[in-house]
Amino acid sequence: MNSNAGTPGNKEKSNITKSIRDFFIDMYLVARFIKRIFRESFRIPFEFNEIIRQCYTIGVNSLPIISLTSFIIGFVFTKQSRPSLVEFGATSWLPSLVSIAIVRALAPLITALILAGKVGSNMGAELASMRVTEQIDAMEVSSTNPFKFLVVTRVIAITLMLPLLVSYSAIIALAGGYLNIHHVELTSYKTFLQNGFSQITFLDLTSSFTKSIFYGFTIGVTGCFKGYHADMGTVGVGKAANSAVVISMFLIFLEELIIVQVINYFRFL
Amino acid sequence: MKEVLPYNKDGGCIISISGLKKSFGDMVVLNGIDLCVKKGENVVVLGRSGSGKSVLIKLMVGLLKQDAGSISILGQAVETANQKEMNALRLKIGFLFQGSALYDSMTVRENLAFSFVRNRKIHKRTLVDKAIAEALDDVGLIQTMDQMPAALSGGQKKRIGIARMLILRPEIILYDEPTAGLDPITSVEINNLINKVKKQYDTTSLIITHDLSCAKFTGDRILMLNEGKFIREGGFDQVFDTSDPRIRDFYNYNFIQTT
Repeated sequence: MNSNAGTPGNKEKSNITKSIRDFFIDMYLVARFIKRIFRESFRIPFEFNEIIRQCYTIGVNSLPIISLTSFIIGFVFTKQSRPSLVEFGATSWLPSLVSIAIVRALAPLITALILAGKVGSNMGAELASMRVTEQIDAMEVSSTNPFKFLVVTRVIAITLMLPLLVSYSAIIALAGGYLNIHHVELTSYKTFLQNGFSQITFLDLTSSFTKSIFYGFTIGVTGCFKGYHADMGTVGVGKAANSAVVISMFLIFLEELIIVQVINYFRFL
Repeated sequence: MKEVLPYNKDGGCIISISGLKKSFGDMVVLNGIDLCVKKGENVVVLGRSGSGKSVLIKLMVGLLKQDAGSISILGQAVETANQKEMNALRLKIGFLFQGSALYDSMTVRENLAFSFVRNRKIHKRTLVDKAIAEALDDVGLIQTMDQMPAALSGGQKKRIGIARMLILRPEIILYDEPTAGLDPITSVEINNLINKVKKQYDTTSLIITHDLSCAKFTGDRILMLNEGKFIREGGFDQVFDTSDPRIRDFYNYNFIQTT
């Protein structure tokens, strides 16, 4: 008989093995989930009405919080950046600095994080609650396709809406930045825009747009995956909502890191 | 030992189950079920909570996969059906969930229209509304058309659940605990509705319940499920005319609370 069997060390080892195995099973399930999203996206019938409804819910309902957050970030970022530039006598660079920071990083990241919290958790909780109360089963037994109606529409909607919301967020954040600059230096709106956009390149806009598509898709897939595969019971609903947010945010930062490396490679090519 | 009372099994079964087995981990839920339901029959499966009644009907519509055995409904083998065949079969089967499972983000009208529009390919508003009104009228709840499910009582939800099935004109209806959680008067209303649906729509039904009055009023034939097997079968009075403690206890506990 093995004298080590059942010892705390062995138990820990088996827990680690189980965690690793579960991680790879999850990865396989996510890959299958994404494959199914792509497959169902191009199959008729298309749920256009539901996609539009989801776009409205995600887009319009997120405007107030994105407006407020973006404005504050633009305003505060400008205010915090000024002292350093004043030290070098480079305050005229402030509009460019603010614009580059907002377009390249802040707008996509802030919008994605807000939507991960607001929309991702909502998707996770809503679908999990539908799973728990057998609404998804009811759709399935009535010969309809719940995956297409619930998952594909939401993923498409958020992937389409995020680039638009990022553009909106950038405009509002720039307005916040301008207000601060105008307040201190009486810079005209025209000068601010001329200075700001002189340093923005096509690559910046492309990278921002690409990032927002990736972020949107990530939030949609994570929220829907967690909700659609929720465990039974009300605990599963909370767990799905919570993990949808946490995992989305983690993946967004990871994608930011990877995309920045790729973009920088092209920038200095 | 299974005691099956005399029953005429001539003629084809539109639901035919043979040697059905299902386990969850080490727990055996169904252990070799055989069942034949003929056209126009209302068959009731009685059993205690956790005896596998709901699992049985979920296996029948492909929501769960069996470990062994075969299920054939309207001549279609469920276990070998592809997605297209399964969808075609599901269109002929109505399923009333225990909690009604109404789509809570949609109005009653949208609940009924959801599968109707997608399956019947009818998009003209007047035709859809006509079909919805007809189905709601049959369950006596036409006035709830624009209400949200959250505003309905438990009994109303069950009726809307039935209307949502009826709009697709199913040949077979599977009821999962249709009277669970309802007061006695509403339960009687639901029982009457089940019988009305059978007559009006010429349906065949499999009713899963632990409610004896539901079984008595709606069942042409009763099957008693215990520990994964049918232990008795027949008419209501026949089934309970026994000294088998498993069946006598079930009968007594429905009416008398003992400590």
